[in-house]
Amino acid sequence: MNFNYTLIGQSITFFFFIWFCMKFVWPPIMNALHTRKAKIADGLAAAEKGQHEEELAKNRAVEILKEAKDQAGDVIRQAEKRASEIVEAAANDAKAEGERLVHAAQAEIEQNMTRAREELRGQVVTLAVAGAGKVLKKEIDEKANEDLLKDLAAQL
Amino acid sequence: MPQSAVGQTLCEGMGAVEKAGWQFAHCGAEAQAMGFNSINIDTMFWSVSLGLLFIWVFRKAAKMATADVPSGLQNFVEWVCEFIDTSVRGSFTGKNDLVAPMALTIFIWVFLMNFMDLIPVDWLPALAGWVGHTFFGADPHHVFFKVVPSTDPNATFGMSFAVFGLMLFYSIKMKGVGGFTAELTMHPFSSKNPILQYLIFVPINFVLEFVSLLAKPLSLSLRLYGNMYAGEMIFILIALLFGMASSGTIGGWLGAGAGGLMQLGWAIFHILIITLQAFIFMTLAIVYMDMAHQVDEAH
Repeated sequence: MNFNYTLIGQSITFFFFIWFCMKFVWPPIMNALHTRKAKIADGLAAAEKGQHEEELAKNRAVEILKEAKDQAGDVIRQAEKRASEIVEAAANDAKAEGERLVHAAQAEIEQNMTRAREELRGQVVTLAVAGAGKVLKKEIDEKANEDLLKDLAAQL
Repeated sequence: MPQSAVGQTLCEGMGAVEKAGWQFAHCGAEAQAMGFNSINIDTMFWSVSLGLLFIWVFRKAAKMATADVPSGLQNFVEWVCEFIDTSVRGSFTGKNDLVAPMALTIFIWVFLMNFMDLIPVDWLPALAGWVGHTFFGADPHHVFFKVVPSTDPNATFGMSFAVFGLMLFYSIKMKGVGGFTAELTMHPFSSKNPILQYLIFVPINFVLEFVSLLAKPLSLSLRLYGNMYAGEMIFILIALLFGMASSGTIGGWLGAGAGGLMQLGWAIFHILIITLQAFIFMTLAIVYMDMAHQVDEAH
């Protein structure tokens, strides 16, 4: 145990190493560690946030899907309603058209009947006049009795 | 070990030291006679080399330290630094950027110096003997070469005095000269009576506190020195058993074999001791620094 300059040399060396360590070794390593820590924390937070967002998105998707289904149901219901309306309207139209056609036909028939009757009446008048003329021949002046005959024909 | 004692004859078969100036001691007695005005080249060489190794490796890792995925060396260095950081955070409550690098330096450096203990005891001294014989013309039996710097009290005391110096520096810086003096003189005993206080209690307090203050660096260095010196001693004693094999008898060979087993066992146990001693040195240095920073102690 003899002490000598080694003691002082060792102390100086020790101080030098501490200084070097403090200046050039410790800060960069600690810096890297802290930066990485922050990075990992950020990453984990982002992952958690992503998970949360995914859940939200899932919920939203389910909601949208439900809404879409509802809407589709509405659309189908409306379409059915509209279809039945259209069918009903078409049926009504057809009915009305049919009635109209029937009426028109009836009117035509009546018209024809009237015309035939008129014709017939005319002919009957002519015949009657002819018959009466033959019966009355000389007695009755055709021209004098024309008004009377016309009245008769109108009453028929 | 150079010195400058002229005209002394200390070594057998050697002439007196002819010229003044720095030179190697030629034997143990001459080294002893050199006194304080000499330097242990072996201790300095190994401690500085190991310290530079530590600095080099850690600087390399620090240069390529990134926040990205670490690899190999960086992983190891970060693991060590994190371990030191945890220790410092655990025991040091003040705020000082010096403490953690100091703890790192102590831990790795002391560990490396202790680690030299695990290298077979005669390899490096034999190499040094050969170098001394070949290049300096010395008698290889007189080339004394200490491989484990922490078995040299100069090294351990050098470090503990450095820690002690830092302790005193920060004590005075944090508490002021008055505060530091008060810490040394005003407790554990105190009295309201000023005469009693200053005539009796202050001297008693000072003696008690001063001894406990001095005990810190002394125990710090002697603990490391004692452990390493004893460990190295046991390695050497075990190594002596190998000499039994030269007798050529079966007993001699058995003794040498037992020596080998003991060497292995002690080396494995010593791995624990060298780490533990480095850790204890570091932890105590941190604790002492913490005490130096404690300002609001009410006594």
